[in-house]
Amino acid sequence: MSRLEALQIHAGYAETTILKSVDLTTPDGQVTILIGPNGCGKSTLLKTMARILPPSRGHVLLDGKDIHTLNTKSVAARLGLLPQGPIAPEGLTVRELVAQVRYPHQSLLRQWTQADEDAVNGAMATAGITDFADRSVDTLSGGQRQRCWVAMVLAQETELILLDEPTTFLDHKVQVDLMNLLTGLAHERGRTLVIVLHELSLAAAYADHLVMMKDGQIVAAGAPDDIFTAERLKHVFDLDASVLRDPATGRLVCVPFTARHRVSEAAQ
Amino acid sequence: MNQVATPAATQHPVRAWSGVPVLLAVLAGAFLLHIAVGAKQLPIGTVFEALVSFDETVFDHVIVQNLRLPRAVLAIVVGACLSLAGALMQGVTRNPLADPGLLGLTTGAAFAVVIAHSVFGFTSMAFTPWIAMSGALGAAVIVFFISRMVPGGATPLSMTLAGAAVSAFLGTIISVIHLLNQDTFENLRVWLTGTLAGRDITLLWYVGPWMLIALIGGILLAPRVTVLAMGDEVAQGLGVKTGMLKAQLLAVVVVLSAGSVALAGPLGFIGLVIPHVVRLYVGSDYRWIVPYAALTGAAYLVSVDIVARVAIPPREISTGIITALIGAPLFVHLVRRRTR
Repeated sequence: MSRLEALQIHAGYAETTILKSVDLTTPDGQVTILIGPNGCGKSTLLKTMARILPPSRGHVLLDGKDIHTLNTKSVAARLGLLPQGPIAPEGLTVRELVAQVRYPHQSLLRQWTQADEDAVNGAMATAGITDFADRSVDTLSGGQRQRCWVAMVLAQETELILLDEPTTFLDHKVQVDLMNLLTGLAHERGRTLVIVLHELSLAAAYADHLVMMKDGQIVAAGAPDDIFTAERLKHVFDLDASVLRDPATGRLVCVPFTARHRVSEAAQ
Repeated sequence: MNQVATPAATQHPVRAWSGVPVLLAVLAGAFLLHIAVGAKQLPIGTVFEALVSFDETVFDHVIVQNLRLPRAVLAIVVGACLSLAGALMQGVTRNPLADPGLLGLTTGAAFAVVIAHSVFGFTSMAFTPWIAMSGALGAAVIVFFISRMVPGGATPLSMTLAGAAVSAFLGTIISVIHLLNQDTFENLRVWLTGTLAGRDITLLWYVGPWMLIALIGGILLAPRVTVLAMGDEVAQGLGVKTGMLKAQLLAVVVVLSAGSVALAGPLGFIGLVIPHVVRLYVGSDYRWIVPYAALTGAAYLVSVDIVARVAIPPREISTGIITALIGAPLFVHLVRRRTR
């Protein structure tokens, strides 16, 4: 079953078409990870799936209805998006930042409620940022700040969560913590996640459903065990690498060849 | 005060609506004082009587009703509108230095009024609000199109730079017209420094309703401004129609700025400084900054106008000169605090 799917999408900016006939289904309650070289259209696909970018052809279906014709507020109740490079207004505290997602749906008649308060506190607890709730966001480290943005998407309390490169600029340990947090949401709380990632080994380790893109098209989609191979990495990324299975975790890891290795290989 | 009225109520009590009564009291005090002081000092009691039970046979009551009350009301309206417009613009452009002058709005309004006076000979003040509004809107549209032509499109930075350029250009043309046309200069020179003295209160009946609508609209839109400041995609992901919201905010800001210019001339620094002062107390969420800026701005301009009226008796100083004299150093102080 899939609540969110793309059917034959063509999309792009102004004159340039980036996505060409893309079909994508995102399995419910699982983590779908999109990988591909820079400029392959993975962010464009995510934006189109999140109704930020209208497709020139094709449809994105949310619960069987075209997402671009649905009321944008009703979509926001079901689908949350963390885009690339969000900006924290200067001086805003963590709690205020997280609380913002609750405001667009309020009105004079429906003010701040206990449900809003619980959603904000719950999201901050899940993301592990409760301790600095009253600090200003711009005083935090990159990893702490990224967790604030994740908490903000969580506070929206949507079943579907789309994230564009949430681990960028974070050190490895923080990336792993964040991915554990995100996959936990899917596997323990039944949320559906769609994540654009750059880190190949991280993608292979955490994806339930891995999607590889190249030149605006999906070239492979499936379980990492089935599709994450050295030949595909060569084909998609033009990357010479070994794909190994970590004996401790059973996960696949990608180890790029070094220049020296290539030289010695050529000499043989 | 309801504890759940704001998520941060427990940490910053003033951030909830609890500061409103305090500011209203300050505003009421300044308002009464503004009416009481002047060439003839009136006791506060008399001022109060004149306001609640006007007696046209009492000379002091006539002074209050006909001379002093209009000016005090004007100060409240203009102070509130400029501050609120400044707060909204700082949020939308993500530029802490933004104010109604930034996107060329005040200069555009002043430019249109000067042109109407000197070239087309409109001397009736009744048309001034509409001329000012079209000037402000025209300047905003020009700024927007110039910034769209910049590679990267209409970003806060390109709009700020285009606004500065358009303002400087229009300001120069105003100076040129003054040099060429002695009459316009004489008629408008006091107005162009920004003043609340001798203004025609009937103007308020023309623009007041529009400014009130824009003021309420601005306060209603304010909760979405912080989300918009996080970036268009974040806002759109939350179900905010960003294009529509920006258009509504532009309309609000144009009406507030142009209305204020029509009433009192291009008063500087209020829209810039007041939102910063408010931030020190209510934090960085525009949900709170915007309404508090309106109240604080009203109280501030009334207080400043008291100084303008009594500083060098028997003469008066243009209110705009005082707002600049106080605003500029205050602003330098605020910038130093922030960078520390």
